[in-house]
Amino acid sequence: MPSITETLTEVTRFVIAPRTLDDPRSAGFLHDAHALGLTAVKRICCADLYFIQGRLTPTEVRVLADRLLHDPITHNVTQNLSAAGKMSAADCVSGDAFVIEVALRPGVTDPVAEQIVRAAHMLGIKGVQAAGTGLRFEVQGGGLSEADCHLLAARLLSNPVIQHYTLGEIEPSFPLPTQASDAVETLPIRALDDAGLMTLSLERRAALDPNEMHAIQAYYRTEDRDPTDVELEMIAQTWSEHCVHKTFKARISVERPGRPEAEIIPNLFRATIRAATETINAPWVLSAFVDNAGLIEYDGVNAISFKVETHNHPSAIEPFGGANTGVGGVIRDVLGVSAKPVAATDVLCFGPQDTPFETLPVGVLHPRRILSGVVAGVQDYGNKIGLPTVSGGLWFDPGYTANPLVFCGCLGIAPKDTHPHQPQPDDRIIVLGGRTGRDGLRGATFSSMTMDAQTGEVSGASVQIGAPVVEKGLIDVVLLARDAQLYHAITDCGAGGLSSAVGEMTSTLGGQVQLECVPLKYPGLAPWEIWLSEAQERMVLAVPPASLPALQTLCERYTVELTDIGQFEASGRIVVRYGQKTVLDLSNDFLHNGLPQRNLAALILPPRCPAGKTAPLPLHEHDYAAALLALLAHPNIASKERIIRIYDHEVQGGTLIKPLAGLAADAPADAVVLRPPDSAGTQALALSAGMNPEYGKLDARQMALNVIDEAVRNAVAAGADPERIALLDNFCWGDPLRPETLGELVEAAYGCYDGAVYFGAPFISGKDSFNNEYLGSDGQRHAIPPTLLISGLGLLKDARAGVSMDLKAAGNALYRVGAFAPTFGGSHYSLICPPGEQPPAEGVPALNPITRAVYRTLHAAMRGGLAAACHDLSEGGLAVAAAEMCIGGRLGLDLTLEDAEPLRALFGETTGCLLVEVPQQHTATFEATMSGLPCRRLGAVTAAPRLTARCAGQVLMDLPVDTLRNAFQQPF
Amino acid sequence: MPPKALILFAPGTNRDLDAARALEQAGAVPEVVPLNRLRRGERRWQDYQMLVLPGGFSYADALGAGKLLALELQHDFAGPMAEFVASGKPVIGICNGFQALVKSGLLPDPVQAAAEAQATLTFNAGGHFECRWVTLLPVSQTCIWTRGLNEPIDCPVAHGEGNFQARDPHWIDALVASGQAALLYAAPDGRPAHGAYPYNPNGSAADIAGLCNPAGNVLGLMPHPEDHIFAEQHPLWTRGLARGSGLALFRNGVAYAGQF
Repeated sequence: MPSITETLTEVTRFVIAPRTLDDPRSAGFLHDAHALGLTAVKRICCADLYFIQGRLTPTEVRVLADRLLHDPITHNVTQNLSAAGKMSAADCVSGDAFVIEVALRPGVTDPVAEQIVRAAHMLGIKGVQAAGTGLRFEVQGGGLSEADCHLLAARLLSNPVIQHYTLGEIEPSFPLPTQASDAVETLPIRALDDAGLMTLSLERRAALDPNEMHAIQAYYRTEDRDPTDVELEMIAQTWSEHCVHKTFKARISVERPGRPEAEIIPNLFRATIRAATETINAPWVLSAFVDNAGLIEYDGVNAISFKVETHNHPSAIEPFGGANTGVGGVIRDVLGVSAKPVAATDVLCFGPQDTPFETLPVGVLHPRRILSGVVAGVQDYGNKIGLPTVSGGLWFDPGYTANPLVFCGCLGIAPKDTHPHQPQPDDRIIVLGGRTGRDGLRGATFSSMTMDAQTGEVSGASVQIGAPVVEKGLIDVVLLARDAQLYHAITDCGAGGLSSAVGEMTSTLGGQVQLECVPLKYPGLAPWEIWLSEAQERMVLAVPPASLPALQTLCERYTVELTDIGQFEASGRIVVRYGQKTVLDLSNDFLHNGLPQRNLAALILPPRCPAGKTAPLPLHEHDYAAALLALLAHPNIASKERIIRIYDHEVQGGTLIKPLAGLAADAPADAVVLRPPDSAGTQALALSAGMNPEYGKLDARQMALNVIDEAVRNAVAAGADPERIALLDNFCWGDPLRPETLGELVEAAYGCYDGAVYFGAPFISGKDSFNNEYLGSDGQRHAIPPTLLISGLGLLKDARAGVSMDLKAAGNALYRVGAFAPTFGGSHYSLICPPGEQPPAEGVPALNPITRAVYRTLHAAMRGGLAAACHDLSEGGLAVAAAEMCIGGRLGLDLTLEDAEPLRALFGETTGCLLVEVPQQHTATFEATMSGLPCRRLGAVTAAPRLTARCAGQVLMDLPVDTLRNAFQQPF
Repeated sequence: MPPKALILFAPGTNRDLDAARALEQAGAVPEVVPLNRLRRGERRWQDYQMLVLPGGFSYADALGAGKLLALELQHDFAGPMAEFVASGKPVIGICNGFQALVKSGLLPDPVQAAAEAQATLTFNAGGHFECRWVTLLPVSQTCIWTRGLNEPIDCPVAHGEGNFQARDPHWIDALVASGQAALLYAAPDGRPAHGAYPYNPNGSAADIAGLCNPAGNVLGLMPHPEDHIFAEQHPLWTRGLARGSGLALFRNGVAYAGQF
């Protein structure tokens, strides 16, 4: 078993501490400790710990310390034999100082430790057998107690899912060498009654319902035997929500109050998402919904692929690893269509950062920790693999406290028609990349379950740790192998590991696998663990035997491990052996077609207030300036610069309109414009996003229309052609077994159909994540707000037609284009407004039928060079959009409103509207171009950096741009 | 014959193609070569007139940025690296490549480093990775890459460990005096950054963004001039303010390589 460890006497311990007292990493920990309420801590000194197992001479110890483990200019090193110098908790206390040490649990992937062993051997120190890493914290503070230190260690310095800590010196542990295992359990399913079947499903954490367990039982009765554990695990993974989208494909019976008969939806996905794409039937969609990522036409030579995934539950229990492998996973999706990854996106939803500790449900990490861990995870993977992380979003809501959302996207490019996807009989089943450990076992079923307080503990093995450089090697090799036509098919190892990847590839033919060939990180894995492991950074290829030597050569060149684990054959079955023993033998027909359709019930309740419906505002004085500043500082609107800057958004050299716009690069761009270096023409791509859980809470259907409009609008603002925008849908929802929750999903899916068809913007790929709920210790289920992320992928015929959002020159005119119909339903103004001054209940914004014509015409004007800047109206309304444009250009605006309710005009939210800056000499042409469409000149750009808004001879607000910027840059 | 540029590729290298594009634009014939091919003799060092150590995260920057690549260069390729440098052919290390050159002792001065490491590139003063555009002043006539350049170069930095520090702070004055400090961080208007963030993005001593060896043929720099080779890459191109292409640097290097 994995937890068996021993402490060897021959372990040398190295402590590497910074020489300076103002070490930035230590300062960061101190800052975080204070943010978490541990204000008694006055100082933290953080040092790195390395443990090296093996007999070493004193010279070797010195060489390791000086040449490998520390930088003599900046750090000091001390070393000793680990067991000899062990301090107890009591020993480590001196006055007000404590020592806390943290190390990884045995079996958790530790890429640095692997490099230490490799480098030590390169230095000729062959006695090094294994290595481990850790951190040491010397903590000081008046009145600090031992209990405080435990709190600090548990809340900030360690995560029990992957690490352990002690007060005092920690004992390193290394996995014990164990025997290979061929242990297979037979599960007597045929004899079980209904209760027994459900117990089995629960015990194996299979997340299968009674119908599905019955189907499995029936299969084994016809096979006249019982399943092995390997088989049941594979069926559970293959049939998981994560892999087959049971909810979207379920037969749904829909009830609405006042209607006697239920409506039946035979397949929600076909009726909505897929139907939209089929109805639009755009000739430039090359592939939708069939592969790991959708494909569109780009420049005549290349196709663009795009995929967005979620990695919510893993990020909840181990934020860094969860987000890290979320990025790694979606990159492999793009590599799985033989495309070169060229950009990454991340959209994140967290609980409020000031959530008090006392209110956190048991077993939930603080939202501040989740945010910093997730952001660090995205940063680590994207930066190290060399992908620009270009666009994203951040949304805070108490509903995400226990169940954060992490959407990771990846964009790829490949010459058209170069992605092979038909394995042939006798092709070898080849695994490329990392070795297999217990990482991420049962990830697919885990992600399909509701989280409870035990989730972190029980699913500890589900934690995956990424190794981006290993995946970079995969990219290097796969792209060369594609160009040399060395494989017939490729797929990534994601949820379900080899079982899912090989199962998918052999679904049309059949094949057999020898499990003992799979290279392991450490011995002792049972066959089902090898088959199901979600160890990262692996791809599976179907390689004709004749091409194998060429592929092997490439792999050696790029230091990538290649393993032959079996072959494809036209048997219609998948057979897995461990040595001589057959551990799995399933018919493809049962495995891929045997899943019974789910029958679900939905209840659709009408929104409390229809979209677009407003009510007269009570007449009283408003402090417009204060409201604007509060909105700019709202965490959903405030600057995300501190996150954007720690992502490399410039690597590959294709980022033309950057995520941060303007003179000082501190204003928020609407969309990013990219021209990947492999582009063959003048074209470029716009990446945008739309999401609004506040609308989702009120009206799921209209929310979907709104966020599609937002994704389209953002792309148009950056210069994309509104008739060439592809969409991706990512639903994150609660438990679909609750009829109201499913009702909201049905509504949102129909909203997606309506929105996509209206704009002629087809869906090319999508993903859903359910059971985003949390069972708290109070016994209540906490569900997240209905969350739909729409990612937009727009096309610019010429990269140089890109438009940024920052104001360009004093004297230019500012126009508002689009049907302006602001409401306060779901608005951010409602969020910042004190309870007594809340606007009346109103509907969410409604989409005006003229919007598509507005975008089309605006785009023509932009192509004609008439727009100096363009920015869309979104959260916070017109005033926020205007303020952001001022910040971008460090210029002012003098605007005159003619609206009866200035509060509504400034802060109400609307669909379909943008602000456009037009040079004075083009105003006549611009107005002529927009004639017949809603377009109003609001004022002019001023050299004086002030945002002034007037109405009926009265000055509503007059704010210096520096004041706007200070509010916008408030830390969240 | 245009000079051939050898772009070294280690596991984790990721700005190799960015560098290749810049060199191609500057008139060289670049080839990305995995270290394993050199190790096996499938490619020969002497067939190239320029050497590039591009950006990335070689070996995941485990144990310090560029550290393990530096160790590999010292251990497996010490001879050919020293020969290439001694031949006077132009060598450039960008970001991770710069880190590897410093940590293997090839910069700033291999003679002094042989006794004891004199300098390092350590964690940014801000404590984290940072991606932003910076302005660089080419100030060295010693360095063949910056010789004759008068205009500032604008290009992005993207690193977490680019803070140049020396064992002896006075030694840095000597580097500046000898012309080894080749590129300095500056404010957008071209005035020296004087350590002020964000113009000096990482806290480097004396605003040093790039350094050359005493002979001037080996340049290491943290920023990425290879990511500014056409106007639309510049953050202010939509304002008509693109300037300071990084190509100037590469053109200098390629022209110099022409003699070998």
